[in-house]
Amino acid sequence: MNSLIRYTARCMRSGAAYSLPGHAEGRVWTASSRLLCTAAGLHKDLDGVVKKDKVVVFMKGTPAQPMCGFSNAVVQILRMHGVDDYAAYNVLADEDLREGVKAFSNWPTIPQVYFNGEFVGGCDILLQMHQNGDLVEELKKLGIQSALLDAEKDSK
Amino acid sequence: MAVTSDHIRDKLLKELTAEHVDVEDTSPNRCAASFKVLVVSSQFEGKPLLQRHRMVNSCLAEELKDIHAFEQKTLTPEQWKKQKQN
Repeated sequence: MNSLIRYTARCMRSGAAYSLPGHAEGRVWTASSRLLCTAAGLHKDLDGVVKKDKVVVFMKGTPAQPMCGFSNAVVQILRMHGVDDYAAYNVLADEDLREGVKAFSNWPTIPQVYFNGEFVGGCDILLQMHQNGDLVEELKKLGIQSALLDAEKDSK
Repeated sequence: MAVTSDHIRDKLLKELTAEHVDVEDTSPNRCAASFKVLVVSSQFEGKPLLQRHRMVNSCLAEELKDIHAFEQKTLTPEQWKKQKQN
């Protein structure tokens, strides 16, 4: 929450408008403009952004309201594993972010998923990891117990 | 020049010495150029998913600039054989 307030303060100083939308789950950060953020500045920001939270998702829309099938798939997969507390950034609200994150990750499409500051992949990769059991393992490395493991335990 | 399925298929076959490539134009389902590809190549052996996808992305770097949505499945010849058996 502090970072949200810090970001708001920064934007207000630079004269940019900023609105905090309501959100059902996950922490959402949207910016309506980033007038004084240069490409290099954004790169540095993104580096901090992806390392700040265990699970970071750049998506179209928000976890409560995804605006794209692939972004929705990522949200649903994470939800299935009980991962609801993650940082989600809506690239549709910020064109600079949309292009900047593609350059930063060297990845051409959205959504983009980061675990512990490391790029994991897009929807395809997350789906395959979910199907082959790798996602449960990766979440365990993050110290997150997948809800699917609990479900398995309950059914035994 | 619009990106076509054939163009993508040819490039992947050549640059990744792919054994098999399927390219599906999923644009009609979406509002802009979208493709779904399956690439089977021995070059993927021993490489994690992310690396494989990055190989495909590099191969199609130019085309991806004009593509809006892109799905990909990358398999080694062995994985593909197993998949076909199921």
